[in-house]
Amino acid sequence: MSETYIKRSRDTAARMLGDEMIIMSVKDSRVFTLNPTASIIWGAADGITTLREIVARDLVPEFEIDTEAAYQDALELVGQLAQEGILMVTDHPIPAEQP
Amino acid sequence: MTTLLEAANAKAIQLGIPLSVHLDVTWRCNERCVHCYLDHDDAGELTFDEIADLLKQMAQAGVLFLILSGGEPLLRKDLFAIIRRARELSFNVKLKTNAILIKEQQAALIRELGVDTVQVSIYSHRAAVHDAITKVPGSLARSLAAIRFLRSQGLKVTIANVLMAQNRFDYPAVKKLAEELGATFTIDPTITPHINGDRSLLSLNISRADLNQVMRDESIVGDVGEFCAPPGPVTEDVLDELPCSAGHSACYVSPYGEVYPCVQFPLPSGSIRSQQFIDIWKHSPQLTEVRTIRARDLPVCSTCAHVGSCSRCPGLAYMEGNMRGPSTADCEKSHARTGIPTANMLRKQQASAAACPTLAAPSAE
Repeated sequence: MSETYIKRSRDTAARMLGDEMIIMSVKDSRVFTLNPTASIIWGAADGITTLREIVARDLVPEFEIDTEAAYQDALELVGQLAQEGILMVTDHPIPAEQP
Repeated sequence: MTTLLEAANAKAIQLGIPLSVHLDVTWRCNERCVHCYLDHDDAGELTFDEIADLLKQMAQAGVLFLILSGGEPLLRKDLFAIIRRARELSFNVKLKTNAILIKEQQAALIRELGVDTVQVSIYSHRAAVHDAITKVPGSLARSLAAIRFLRSQGLKVTIANVLMAQNRFDYPAVKKLAEELGATFTIDPTITPHINGDRSLLSLNISRADLNQVMRDESIVGDVGEFCAPPGPVTEDVLDELPCSAGHSACYVSPYGEVYPCVQFPLPSGSIRSQQFIDIWKHSPQLTEVRTIRARDLPVCSTCAHVGSCSRCPGLAYMEGNMRGPSTADCEKSHARTGIPTANMLRKQQASAAACPTLAAPSAE
């Protein structure tokens, strides 16, 4: 089974605003807001930690949810963010780079 | 319809978060614009380490939008290191510059660092006019070349056109130039008093007749009928409105670490050299006072028909002597838009008539 690695696009700016993450795309100035669950995933998207680890480590204990169901929801979310061009999703670790 | 950014700003105000900070990294400049409101001598700028620490504090405080400006920010040798640090901390960075030091290499670096927008001041499409305002021969050609370098990198560029007596007829051509360069265009008809309080710069303001013309230029204001419509009714909701975001979700930091509500509102509110940014933001008596002010608290403006639609700048009012008073420049704009005099104008007319009735009152003959 291949793993999923996620990393925030370098062409974004982001900050927590209350319990939401506000993200701005540098390329086209589009603005996104993420709910608290998605914000946790965004915050953990370091390119090194697998999505499965993020869900198990940060989401399941916080929200007391079923691990597999949460993972499937997370997969759907990161797919959407990848389509928007603000998150990289791969099957291998993404090394750190300068912004 | 409320945009996501407007909603975010409203939420930031509600939560007391400084969503946007304007940081001047230097007041030194390689131009000497006739209307500039700053002193250009270096009085002890923040070091890179101080700025890096400030950026960390601001990120923790919730700042997302960071405007880096000056003076001319590229005069700092460490500007790109500052931008790099800001981007590492996930700020949205906007750079305001005259751009005359930007060549291909700098443009590429600005793109690589992920700067959102670069704003460049262009005063005229005519070199003689632009260069006379900046007092630097060749500056228009260099700024335009830089804009082309920036655009070739795919960067978003805004051309800012400050209107003054010298260039009042040139804004349509500058707007056209912006379109040709693929830049957005913004116009500002307000000259700001010098930060030391000297108001002589205001003599550069365009005339009332010229302002009227700008306010009725469809290419600038869009729907003229809507833009110049008489003000709506003054309701309780209108009187409860905030003057602007200064001190509420935004503030300014000078090159010396002084915090003000806004770059146009030089009310000293604390120094990051002696306090943490968040402590100044949350507990400064000056910012706290600014935050208490609603439209209903403005002695003159709360009685004005324009109170709900006026662009009144509390900083310009402060520089006139009272942060709760009117801003004459904005009174002029409200009057130019609608033809309806403001309460401040009427008050001044009455005072003038009382002081000199034979001049103010028409003759009965």
